[in-house]
Amino acid sequence: MASGIKDKVVIAGMGCSRFGERWSSGPDDLMIEAFTEALADAGIERDRIEAAWLGVFFDEQSTGKSPLPMSMALKLPNVPMTRVENLCATGTEALRGAVYAVAAGACDIALAMGVEKLKDTGFSGLPERTKGTFEDLYLPSSTAPGAFAQLASAYAARYGYSMPELKKAMAHISCKSHENATRNPKAHLRNRITEQQVLDAQAISYPLGVLDCCGVSDGAACAIVTTPAIARSLGKRDLVSIQALQLAPSNGVEMGHQSWDGTHTLTTPIAAARAYAEAGIRDPRSAIDLIEVHDCFSITELVLMEDLGFSDLGKAPHDVMEGRYDRDGAIPCQIDGGLKCFGHPIGATGLRMAYEIYLQLLGRAGDRQLRGRSGRGPSIGLTHNLGGIPNRNVASVSILGLLAA
Amino acid sequence: MAVEASRACLEGAPGGTASAAAALDAIAFCSTTAPFADRDDAVLASAALDLPETVETQNLGASLRAGTGGLISALHRSDGARSLVIASDARLTLAGSPQEMTYGDGASAFLVGPKDDTALATVLATRRIGSDFVDHYRMQNHDFDYALEERWVRDESLLQLVPQTTAALLAAAGCRPGDVRHFALPAGTATAKRIAQVCGLEEARRDERVLAECGDAGAALPLLLLEEALEAAEPGDLILAVGIGQGVDALLLRAESGVRRGPAALGRALAHRRDEPSYVRYLSHRGLLRVDFGMRAERDQRTAQSVAFRKRGAITGFQGGRCSRCGTVQFPQARVCVNPECRATDTQSPHRLADSRGRVKTFTEDWQAYAARPPYVYGNIEFAEGGNLLMEVTDIDAGELQVDDAVRFVFRIKDDDRARGFRRYFWKATKP
Repeated sequence: MASGIKDKVVIAGMGCSRFGERWSSGPDDLMIEAFTEALADAGIERDRIEAAWLGVFFDEQSTGKSPLPMSMALKLPNVPMTRVENLCATGTEALRGAVYAVAAGACDIALAMGVEKLKDTGFSGLPERTKGTFEDLYLPSSTAPGAFAQLASAYAARYGYSMPELKKAMAHISCKSHENATRNPKAHLRNRITEQQVLDAQAISYPLGVLDCCGVSDGAACAIVTTPAIARSLGKRDLVSIQALQLAPSNGVEMGHQSWDGTHTLTTPIAAARAYAEAGIRDPRSAIDLIEVHDCFSITELVLMEDLGFSDLGKAPHDVMEGRYDRDGAIPCQIDGGLKCFGHPIGATGLRMAYEIYLQLLGRAGDRQLRGRSGRGPSIGLTHNLGGIPNRNVASVSILGLLAA
Repeated sequence: MAVEASRACLEGAPGGTASAAAALDAIAFCSTTAPFADRDDAVLASAALDLPETVETQNLGASLRAGTGGLISALHRSDGARSLVIASDARLTLAGSPQEMTYGDGASAFLVGPKDDTALATVLATRRIGSDFVDHYRMQNHDFDYALEERWVRDESLLQLVPQTTAALLAAAGCRPGDVRHFALPAGTATAKRIAQVCGLEEARRDERVLAECGDAGAALPLLLLEEALEAAEPGDLILAVGIGQGVDALLLRAESGVRRGPAALGRALAHRRDEPSYVRYLSHRGLLRVDFGMRAERDQRTAQSVAFRKRGAITGFQGGRCSRCGTVQFPQARVCVNPECRATDTQSPHRLADSRGRVKTFTEDWQAYAARPPYVYGNIEFAEGGNLLMEVTDIDAGELQVDDAVRFVFRIKDDDRARGFRRYFWKATKP
C-alpha cells in the first residue's frame, strides 16, 4: 500500500501575477511576474531549481507547445522541463509533477508554473476549438457555459427546486465571491454586485446569466517546492505541506451511460474520497478550514458543495443561502474571489488556488486573512478543479496544511 | 427531408420499418437541388436509412419531372425489385420574387414493388412526353430560377401538353375522364381549374392542402400531391397524377384496400408546423442575408474524411453498440463497454438508435454558441433502451424544452464547412 504524498513535500515559495485583462502583457511577462515573487518568497537563487513543469491549456492561443516558452522567458539553466495539460486542472497538474519529483528524490527543488494568456483571442469567453476529429462529427458545438448550465436544469428537476429558487442561491454564490474579491488587490473583478443584478443580467446559456460566469482572465501563478528539511535549512519556520494530490478523470460513463443523472460531477466525489484518505481526513466538514473550488459557473460551485461532501445531497441551496460558505461562514469558499472574480487563466488556476491557501495558512492574506475556527488562523485548506465539462472531465482535489513542527 | 420522408414511408409500410427496409432492393433520390454535384446523395440517404450497401442507388435530377420520372422507372421494373423512390427539393428564391411566395420545401417517398394485397395503389398506365418548353430554368452554378410569363406558359404549354398526355394515358388504360376521381396536378388553383376543364377532369377532386401549406416543392410536389390524393381516396378510386417540367409525366393509378390503413405521413408532416414570424430570420436561415454571427462562427468545420468513413455507421447510420455481455446500449459503440459494472472488451454489436425514443435528462439554451437560428439548444438525452448522448435539440424555441420531455431523432445538417464547400450531417433530437 502506497504511503501517499502527505507531508513529504512543502512549499518553499509562491507567486501569483495580477489577474485580469492584461492587454499589455504577454505570457512571458505574466510568468516573470509570478516567478519573481516566488523566488523572493523562497529566498533562493534561480539556479537552485533543478526541474520545472509548465501548465498551459490553450497553447494554440498563446505560448505554443512545449515548456520552452517558460525556459526561454525565465532563462532557467537548461534544467529538465515538461509542459503539462489537463484541462482546467492544468495548474494543479504542474504542481503534481513538481511535488512528485521532489517526493521521489529525483530533485531537491522543483518549480511548478501555470500560465494562460486568453485575452489575445479577439472575443469574450473562451476560444473555440476542436473536440476531436470523431467528436466534432457528433457532439454539439457547445460552449463552456452551455455545458455547465445543464447541471442547473437537471438539479432543479431532480431535487424539486423551482428555477427562481435555484437561481437565487446561484446569485448568492456570485455576490459572495464579488464581495470577497473587493479585498484582493490581484483579483480581476473587484466590484460589489447585488443578487438582483445577477438575476437581471444578460442571458448566456439558460439558466446562466453573464454574472453567473467566471472571469476570462490572463495570469500566471507558480510554486517552488522542496523537502521539509531543505525548507528549514532556508530558514523557514511555518511550513505548508502537500497533504493530498488526487485526480479522477471521466471514463465515459457521464457521456454514454444512463447511470449518471446529470445533476452532479461524477468524478469529484471520487477524487475527494481519495484525497481525504491520503490526508487522513475523516470528516471534511469539521477538518477543513477553507476551500477553493472550481466555480467556473455559479451552479458548478453549488453542486460541488455536495460533491465534496460539505453539503448533503439536494441541500446545497439551503446551505448557500444560510451563508455557510460566506467569508464569515463555517467553511469559507473562494475567499480570494475564486475563478468568478480572481479570474480564470486556465493553466494558472490550480496554482492560484494553492497560492491563496498558502497565504491564508501562513497568515499572509492581508485584508482577507481568515481567523479560522480556533481564532489562530486556518490550518488546512482544500483546492478543487474540474477540467472539461460535466459530461467528460478531470477532477482534482488537493489538500494543503500547516506541517506540524 | 429525404431521409425523414423515407423513414415515414417505411414506418407506414406493412410490417414496419425493419421489414420494409430489409426487403428493399433499390432507392432513387430525385431532386433538382441535391446537396452534392458529385457525391452520391442516394448512397448518403441509404446510409442514413441504415440500408445494406448492396441496395442499388440512383440519382435523378435536372427537371421537375425527376420525382415522377423516378416513380415511373421504378414501376416499370420487370425484375420484381422493391424500390424506394424519394423526391426532395429545397429551392432558393430571391427576396421579393413571386417564387418566394409560392415555393416551399418538401420531400415525399414511395415504396414501389410487385403487387400484393397490402398495396395502397396499383398503376394502370404511365406516359411521358418531353418538350423543350422553357417555362423556367436554372443553370448550373446559379442559385435562383428564372421564370417566364405565366400566361404564356399556361396557354402554350400546360393547356396543350397536359390534356394531350392525359387523353393518351386514359385511352391506353381504356378509361374515360369521368372515371377519374382524383387529379393530382402540380399547378395553382386557377390554372389547375382551366387544365382540368380542358382535360374533362373537372369532376375529379383536386386537394390543395399541400400547395396552400407547404407550397410548390419542385420535384417533390407531384409525389406530395399523389400522397394527398391517396389520403383522401377510397379503394377502387382512380387517381391521375401529373408531373410537369420540359414535358409532362402522367400516371393512372387505382387506390387499393391499403389506403384504408391510412397513409398519414403527409398529414402528420403538415400538422407538425412551426411559424417563423421574422422575415429577416427566414432570409438569414436560407443564407439570403449576410448576418454577423460573430467570431465563433469562424470555427473551422473541416471534416476528417477518414474518420467520417471509419465511423460512418455511428455518424450517418446513428448506430450505437449493444454489449452482448451486459446488454448495455451505448453511443458511440466502443471497444470496451461503458457500463462501469461490465467494461467487457469487444462484446458490442451495432445497435441503431435512430428509431428509438429519448428522454431529456439535462438541457440548456445557449445564446453564446454559434447557431443559425439562436438559441443553440442541446442536452443529455437518455435513450429508451439505455445509453446517453449529449446532442443538439432542433425545431425548438427558447422556453419550450423541459427536463423529462420525450424526444425522437431526426437526420439533419450538422455543420457547413464554408471554407471547403462541404456539408456534414448527424442526428438531432426533436419533440415528437
